[in-house]
Parts: sequence; C-alpha cells; structure tokens
Amino acid sequence: MAVTLVFLGKLADLAGVSDKQLEGPLDWQGLCDELQGPLADAVKQDRTRIAVNGQVLADKTSLSAVDGDEVALLPPVSGG
Amino acid sequence: MARDVRLLTQPFNPGQFVGPFTNAHPGLGGVCTFVGEVRGDSGVEALELLHYERLTLPGMEKLADSAIERFDLMGMLIVHRSGVMHVGEPIVLVSAAAKHRREAIEAVDFAMDHLKSDSWFWKREKRADGWHWIEPREQDHDDLARWAQ
Repeated sequence: MAVTLVFLGKLADLAGVSDKQLEGPLDWQGLCDELQGPLADAVKQDRTRIAVNGQVLADKTSLSAVDGDEVALLPPVSGG
Repeated sequence: MARDVRLLTQPFNPGQFVGPFTNAHPGLGGVCTFVGEVRGDSGVEALELLHYERLTLPGMEKLADSAIERFDLMGMLIVHRSGVMHVGEPIVLVSAAAKHRREAIEAVDFAMDHLKSDSWFWKREKRADGWHWIEPREQDHDDLARWAQ
C-alpha cells in the first residue's frame, strides 16, 4: 500500500505521468518536498485544490494522507 | 425522473435525451434546453475534456439538485461529454422542466454557468502547434458570480 497521487489537467503534463505512488504518511510539506520546478509552482498556486479520496480540502495545507489514500491535485477547471 | 445526470465518453444525439426527459414530466408548463457544441474557431482542430471519476459526476449531480431546489423544477437533465471532440459535436446538454417558463430558462442559465467554471472538468484545444490548456475567462467568473447574490 502507498499514497496514490493523481495529477489532473495540465498538472499531468507537468508531471509527465497521470499518477504516482508515494510512501505514506504524506502531509503538505512532504508533498511540496516531493515535487519540483513548474509542477511544484502550479500545485502551490492558490487556485489549485487538493482532494483526498474524493473530498476536496478547504485548506490544502491541512493535507494528511496515509497509505491507501488517493490524493488528487486539481488545477483550475474549465468545462462546457 | 426528477434528476437525470450523465457523463458520456462517446458522441451523443441531444434529441435522444430531450424527448424522453420531456415525456417523463407530464403536466409541465415549459421545458428549456441548451446544447453547447464545439465551436468552429479558426485553428482549433479538436477539443478534449478530462474529468476525475471521484468528483466530476457527483459534482454534476449536486449541481442538478441545487438547481431543482432553487428554481422549483419538476426535473433537470444534464448530459456532459468527456474525451476528444471535433467541431460541431455536442459537448453539453442541459434541460429543465418546470411549471413556468422563467424558472426553466433561469435554471438552464444557472447550470451552464456552473458547468463552465465551477465543475470538475479540464479542457484543452488542439491547434497546429499542439495541445493548449484552457482556463476560464474573466467573463466566466463574472457569469458565475451573478448567482451568488
């Protein structure tokens, strides 16, 4: 078991993959340490949100994921 | 059939959904339907919408529920595409059935504004030089803000 990071939208392009496994536990600082360059900048941007197991965090810096969790990184949306 | 919300990965024919939706609400006073298609902008070869399984459909269902409650609808239909689309293909269909016309019209406007800039989709366009991610325009945020009042 591990924490699964899912990259949505342009974050998948920046990461070069659509998902990635990390060893848990994972908090905001641990996530920031894991990401580099433009990907890290995009994830830290105000309008990028984080969801854990389908629940969007009100404050992404409160991230606290353990093995088995799915952590989705959600850049600004555009539909319709 | 108060709420019918679907996320499709293949092209669809809007008429196929609107007929049964209308028939499912006998006694309605009005049905308003909007269909959004891939615009024939110069240079755009294709459009791709991506979604996230855990959030996108549940979010659309919540949106339909809030429109039904806010506008006192008899029913709401939302069909949204995901995947690669070409010019002229439908992207989204929203239909509202109500006792009175204004509620139906406003509910569709409300749902579309939320689908454009407050739903879990990511859009990119393919041009001659490759794919480009599209973020909501300022106008989309202004359109959405109207409903907060």
